[in-house]
Amino acid sequence: MRSGTSTVARIRSGVVIDHIPAGRALEVLRALGITGKEGYRTVVLMNVESRKLGRKDVIKIEGRFLDPRESTLVALAAPTATINVIEDFEVRSKVRVSAPDVVEGLLKCPNPTCITNKEREPVKPRHRRVSSEPLEYRCEYCGTLIRLR
Amino acid sequence: MGNPFRGADVISILDFNRGDLELLFEYADRAQKRLGTKLDVLKGRVVALAFFEPSTRTRFSFEVAAKRLGADVISVSGEEAISVAKGENLADTIRMLDAYGDLIVIRHKHEGAAKLAAEIAEDPVVNGGDGWQHHPTQAMIDLYAVLKLFGTVDGLRYALLGDLKYGRAIVSFLYGLTRFKPGAVYLVSPEPLRPRREVLMKLEELGFRYEFAASLDSVIEEVDVLYVSRVQKERFPDPAEYERLKGSYVVNLKTLSRARPGLKVLHPLPRVDEIALEVDATPHAAYFYQASLGVPVRMALLSLISGAEI
Repeated sequence: MRSGTSTVARIRSGVVIDHIPAGRALEVLRALGITGKEGYRTVVLMNVESRKLGRKDVIKIEGRFLDPRESTLVALAAPTATINVIEDFEVRSKVRVSAPDVVEGLLKCPNPTCITNKEREPVKPRHRRVSSEPLEYRCEYCGTLIRLR
Repeated sequence: MGNPFRGADVISILDFNRGDLELLFEYADRAQKRLGTKLDVLKGRVVALAFFEPSTRTRFSFEVAAKRLGADVISVSGEEAISVAKGENLADTIRMLDAYGDLIVIRHKHEGAAKLAAEIAEDPVVNGGDGWQHHPTQAMIDLYAVLKLFGTVDGLRYALLGDLKYGRAIVSFLYGLTRFKPGAVYLVSPEPLRPRREVLMKLEELGFRYEFAASLDSVIEEVDVLYVSRVQKERFPDPAEYERLKGSYVVNLKTLSRARPGLKVLHPLPRVDEIALEVDATPHAAYFYQASLGVPVRMALLSLISGAEI
């Protein structure tokens, strides 16, 4: 059987986000703010076979690369993902994402009375990882826990 | 021993270890002995009280404590009374108080407000209560009250009765107990008022042992300290939920009929109806004594933060 990643044509230049937990691809795209209206040629594979995960999702985006902040967003939405940078049909780099110990400005605290949700205050939400499995963060301001998977 | 409070922010009781608290209690003892005299150890200092939420005991006792130490006090209370009503944000108000004063005490309805204030201000910031999260100085008073009543915090058996979900004072007291070695800690509350998951996770991280008790009746015979808190009406997102839970527990003479003779009842006050007035006249009632310790403990804290001897 062909692997899930090669089910559709390879891309010339761009990024392949592989080993996304099955069913999470749309969450990853949402986290990256990719709606489809940006014009990137994008392939989304969902629930394809994976030796590591059993089933997985894969996203291929032509002409788009991820900065470190976006890589963190991928890690928060899909902690098992790998990010492959493709140039001239070749894999130039392959990095397994990792959820950082502290994330700043990326997660919204679910507590409506947290100071980070008060309007017009110069404060960014800051969360510290308290568990990897399940992936869970604690708000540094109000202590509220956010479980990400 | 150094002074870990000097110049420090006081955001959570968990910022301090047992030795720190014991130092504070030594200073509180000294402050108590000098309550009759006006000291001048903070002469020339300005303590800014920024109370954006209602307060009686905390605000007054901080004000009295500061004045007894010789400090000047400026205070803002209620959002409507200050520029917040004109749209000023918390950060700008704190910057102003930081410029005018030497130490800021803040109470605010938003969890994390004191931490944010501490990040903005150069002056030390003391949390006088932030939403449902922390009330460290109340916990200091409560632990000191236990120490004064029993001669120790260790080895005693505690029942914590009430709103453990939204009650910042009762949870801060619980956090404070983690710095000591209680004989037993029972958490007693209606199911919807049990501690939030992050509180239980914190206790687990600290390796702190506690038990949930189904009712006060099941543990009343064995406890030394009964800490009661009211249902925190102002924190409920759904008023109907509050209406359903208010009055769901009450301590009265009947409740206490099986208590040990030496049992002491603590309450951070104000109470609503969770302790019947008839309890006030019993030797169990220690909550007014507890409240009276607010001034010496806060004098101790203000002097330690300022590096002043009393």
